[in-house]
Amino acid sequence: MPVPSPPGVPLKETIRNLFFHVPMWIAMMVCFSVSVVYAIKYLRKQDEVNNIYSTEFARTGTFLGILGLITGMIWANYQWGKPWSGDAKQNGTAIALLIYFAYFVLKGSLQDEEKQARIGAVYNIFAYFMLFPTLWILPRLTESLHPGGMGSEGNPGLNPKDTTMSMRTVMYPAFLGWTLLSVWISTLRVRVQIIHQKQFANE
Amino acid sequence: MNKFQKMICVMLLAIVSVAAHAQNTVNAENADVMRSNGKIYVVVAVVLTVLIGLFFYVFNLDRKISKLEKK
Repeated sequence: MPVPSPPGVPLKETIRNLFFHVPMWIAMMVCFSVSVVYAIKYLRKQDEVNNIYSTEFARTGTFLGILGLITGMIWANYQWGKPWSGDAKQNGTAIALLIYFAYFVLKGSLQDEEKQARIGAVYNIFAYFMLFPTLWILPRLTESLHPGGMGSEGNPGLNPKDTTMSMRTVMYPAFLGWTLLSVWISTLRVRVQIIHQKQFANE
Repeated sequence: MNKFQKMICVMLLAIVSVAAHAQNTVNAENADVMRSNGKIYVVVAVVLTVLIGLFFYVFNLDRKISKLEKK
């Protein structure tokens, strides 16, 4: 794959995006992981609460993914010359997000609530396992503008050898902080849905 | 769609056209601003995107809670 902008262009101050753009993806991966765990739990016990957890974490994860894509495109516009260069990582995440969009389309298109929950949970597991090739395997196999592509250092998210100690002391708490924020928002949504469910049952 | 939503839609669409108009005239200058001071404004744009995005997500949640409270 042709690389549009030489990777040697200095990042300058934009390296600070490491504390905002990258944590979106970390938080998204955590949300999707939580979501798939609850999807499996739902399939085992058929408890509606597990379905709510699974759906809301997938929703937050998808949202963070969209934010990650937009912030990535802004960064790419000034670093690589254009917002979308067809980079392996960009295409992979776009596909992964489309798969998760289909999850919500699928759930929205089913009327029966139990069917919606069960088919949604099964599809959720499929969507999660599509993250493995699209986010973690394929970007490593081809040349990429991101770090961690074929022949470059690091993993698809960042290059640890480029990151100084002082940056790491900000980066890891940032990962943790944004992840916890996303978990908090998701649990708030879960609580709203559970109350909604109870009201619906009482009526 | 109620009146308020329609108004917001109209305002947003109006602003979009202004942004598109500005791009024709001040494109080069705009790029300079983004690339000045070691491209720090790229970081600003990214932070703003994240904050505005999360704000709308939480705002959505707020509306859901308000609806529940009314019941």
